[in-house]
Amino acid sequence: MNKMMSTDIKHHLTDEILMGYSAGTLPEAFNLMVATHVSLCDACRAQLAACDAVGGVLLDEHDIPNTQMQPDSFAATMAMIEQSAPITKTPAVKMPSVLPSPLQDYIGGDLSEIKWRPIGMGVKQAILPTSKQASARLLMIPAGAAMPDHGHHGLEMTMVLQGAFQDDDGYFARGDVDIADSDLEHTPMADIHEDCICLAVSDAPLRFKGILPRIMQSFIRI
Amino acid sequence: MSASSHNVLPRERSVNFQAAATRLVAVGSKRVTDVNKRNLWISHVHRIRDDADKAAFAELYAHFAPRVKGFLINSGADGSMAEECAQEVMATLWHKAHLFDPSRASVATWIFTIARNRKIDILRKQRRPEPEDLTWGPEEEPDQTDVLALQQETEILSKALTTLPAAQRELIEQAYFGDLSHSEIAKKTGLPLGTIKSRIRLALERLRQTMK
Repeated sequence: MNKMMSTDIKHHLTDEILMGYSAGTLPEAFNLMVATHVSLCDACRAQLAACDAVGGVLLDEHDIPNTQMQPDSFAATMAMIEQSAPITKTPAVKMPSVLPSPLQDYIGGDLSEIKWRPIGMGVKQAILPTSKQASARLLMIPAGAAMPDHGHHGLEMTMVLQGAFQDDDGYFARGDVDIADSDLEHTPMADIHEDCICLAVSDAPLRFKGILPRIMQSFIRI
Repeated sequence: MSASSHNVLPRERSVNFQAAATRLVAVGSKRVTDVNKRNLWISHVHRIRDDADKAAFAELYAHFAPRVKGFLINSGADGSMAEECAQEVMATLWHKAHLFDPSRASVATWIFTIARNRKIDILRKQRRPEPEDLTWGPEEEPDQTDVLALQQETEILSKALTTLPAAQRELIEQAYFGDLSHSEIAKKTGLPLGTIKSRIRLALERLRQTMK
């Protein structure tokens, strides 16, 4: 067993999010959250497989009208097959890391490659490049420190990669996902034992309560 | 139909694949046929893997290519793009036949995920983050007990989906085949978002109960 694998995850992704991943209807940043969480969580991996199976049954039995293939379709496909090379699977050599491989793909390396930027009160962030419908960023909250007090317009999911944090919803350790919907105000506080690194995705910009953070918000894209 | 016969008459078989597929579903009661059909699809993928069997591929093609095309059209592709993508999905099936694991997914589920991935690549033009692979031992043939268990689960799931109340089933279908997020379904149907979410939750809960 990979020692970076969390076996005691208590806060999981919702069925709605897993189904969205399976159907291919989520924004990219949310897909990144799902891929990262499922890399660590066997329960959600199984649930995602079940959602895929629903898609499979629908594909198999669903009556979709007006979908005849072109008459030369099969021959064209055979020609395509003959021209293209067989697909081989290169076994991934996986070193234990704080960052599951989907995240490493977005960073272009491991922890040391993250380009952190300070956003005040010791908190640092790194924005990950995704499509604009939603945003993804890594956050580093110093041990014992608080994130700025903030509320949400849309849906925000925050998953712990290292350390832990506490907020009104409970205690969140590696692999746990904190899901915050609209109108919730919360102040996550990092556990004192270790700096806390999180992946946070959101389909709307956060808003901060204080004036200063709100001004800062326009500069730092938090 | 023997696995070796494809070398003799690949063209004729490919022309006749529609008829073969029709015969297939005309045999016996529907349920029995569904189970046999799923078994047959697995052996077809193995024939492609082992013998580059075009006849087996043609039968899979007749059943799945039009469905994949329909899925892509419902997702917003125009006819010619959907046609091309469906061909690419089926070509991927051929090339990845050696990676198919019937203890982890049915053939239909496997094809669905290939089509879904293609949709994200081509239509949504997004990068597509995927979970880490589980680290399995050295590559082995999957355990037949696991293959059988998965087939039984698929059968139960299929029945459960057909017995869902119409309102719940329609929402699930729209979520997968209308390419709509839950809030988009809310806009389209005029139902409140909360109702959509709770109906889908109920549907998944029912499916989960049936699977126990």
